[in-house]
Amino acid sequence: MLWLKRCGFSVVVAAAIYGVGFGLEQLLTDYFLRIILLAGINVILAVGLNLINGTTGQFSIGHAGFMAVGAYATAFIGVALAPLFGDTALGRSLTFNLALVAGALLAGLTGLLVGLPSLRLRGDYLAVVTLGFGEIIRISFNNAQFLGAATGYFGNSPAGLPVYTNFFWVYAWAALIVLIVRNLTFSQTGRSLIAIREDEIAAEAMATPTTRLKVTAFAISAATAGIAGGLFAHMQAGIRPEDFRFEKSIDMIVMIIVGGLGSITGAVLGGIFVAVSLELMRDLQQYRLVLYALLLIAIMLLRPQGLLGNRELTALWSRRRPRPTGESA
Amino acid sequence: MSLLRLQGVDKVFGGLHAVRAMSLEVEPQAIFGLIGPNGAGKTTIFNVITGVYAPDAGTISFDGSEIDGLRPAQIAARGVARTFQNIRLFRAMSVEENVLVAGHHQHKSSLFDAVLRNQRYAAGERALRARARELLELFGLQELAKDLAGSLPYGSQRRLEIARALMLSPKLLLLDEPAAGMNSREARALNEQIRFLRDNLGLTVVLVEHNMEVVMNVCDTIHVVDHGETIAEGSPVEIKAHPKVIAAYLGQESA
Repeated sequence: MLWLKRCGFSVVVAAAIYGVGFGLEQLLTDYFLRIILLAGINVILAVGLNLINGTTGQFSIGHAGFMAVGAYATAFIGVALAPLFGDTALGRSLTFNLALVAGALLAGLTGLLVGLPSLRLRGDYLAVVTLGFGEIIRISFNNAQFLGAATGYFGNSPAGLPVYTNFFWVYAWAALIVLIVRNLTFSQTGRSLIAIREDEIAAEAMATPTTRLKVTAFAISAATAGIAGGLFAHMQAGIRPEDFRFEKSIDMIVMIIVGGLGSITGAVLGGIFVAVSLELMRDLQQYRLVLYALLLIAIMLLRPQGLLGNRELTALWSRRRPRPTGESA
Repeated sequence: MSLLRLQGVDKVFGGLHAVRAMSLEVEPQAIFGLIGPNGAGKTTIFNVITGVYAPDAGTISFDGSEIDGLRPAQIAARGVARTFQNIRLFRAMSVEENVLVAGHHQHKSSLFDAVLRNQRYAAGERALRARARELLELFGLQELAKDLAGSLPYGSQRRLEIARALMLSPKLLLLDEPAAGMNSREARALNEQIRFLRDNLGLTVVLVEHNMEVVMNVCDTIHVVDHGETIAEGSPVEIKAHPKVIAAYLGQESA
């Protein structure tokens, strides 16, 4: 009964996303659609990064690397799978989604490999190590001949990678990832992750397997960045290593700090904010980092907890009857 | 057979011999006091027992198996719970959540169950919450369940730390200065609570404490350390009269 209800709900949500996407594609120009797609991809990035940076309190500034792994893996595997499923609408969808899942798994695996040694470190040290790994990943792609090295990867056909990414897939994946991260955050696992952030020594004394949980959260976070990377890759004809520079990681950090570290709905708002503000600042491209730095300083001075702090937007209208975390939905 | 046994435990920090050749045995359902002047190494002994520090020499056995060298989380899962001298609550979490965190290893559902929100997750969650509620009621914290732990008054924070430790369903409870900052009325209530834990829950309690009103009233055995070494062990009456203990606390007349 419960599962039947959930299936029905999923179908309704999917249909709604499809309907809205169809409508927007009729109404808006490609320019605005692209911003909306980027906003959705940012939401995935921010919600995933928030799981490790906000909820668990382990600061990663190398997530562009995992996004790159997802992007390259999805594109490469997609090119290999495309002939198997054919060029029908169904075949293309299957190819794309299988490639996305594979890309997410590879990004998650990379996260596991990076996380195992580095999550023993704390604070600034962890940040520096993740930054280093992010750059190592990018430079590896920069030198991988079979992935086009510095020129970038455009698949096998002269037209470049197929454009699979559309409103429906971006927002269906965003909805799925928000749901998964929400269910994780408001559960025993999530409570333990927050406990690690609050006081790691006390968490360990309460039998919390801190290292395993941190590495798990890091891998999940990397996998979501991988999905975002795969969706990003198939928005255009190709991907280049320089799409995943250090600045991309900083963009992600800005998203979650603007929204409020530790808040899922905050991460959603932050992701949208960065997509829109990047577009508004397009003419000042090279001064963007200066503006972001100023913005971050302003936030630290005026509202250090970010837009929402560690609260959820949904808490606003359920305030009268507070809902405990972890309650089954 | 004793529940906890330390044999020849050493812990050295650089040039400081914080604990030296420490041996002690705690019988099941004892209330065991660990006292000594400031800097005697009492908290270090707790940290060595709970795995925060690995001992440099000696063995520690708990409930029939050796636990030295295990990680803190493993030792806690075997039934050694503790509180901290300088309260370490998860301040941004609610009172109830603080207690629930200590149920992690007992939660009968996996990460996937949590993502799917299936029956197993719901059942695990229900069981844990019921137990947390019992503990909060036991310590008179049920009214504050939804409040942030960091916002509680000091005495309630101390009680919450004990409630959280009990969520582990421990056999042994280590209390690090539970009466610190309490007035004598609160200290007497604490005495009652400690006895209750032993008599009704069958717990073994080891406490580090400076408040002699608590130590002398509640402990059946007292172990005195100074400069990391044992100087005496016995009943409260014996310890009060022990010349070495008096010397350590009050100083010795030079000969």
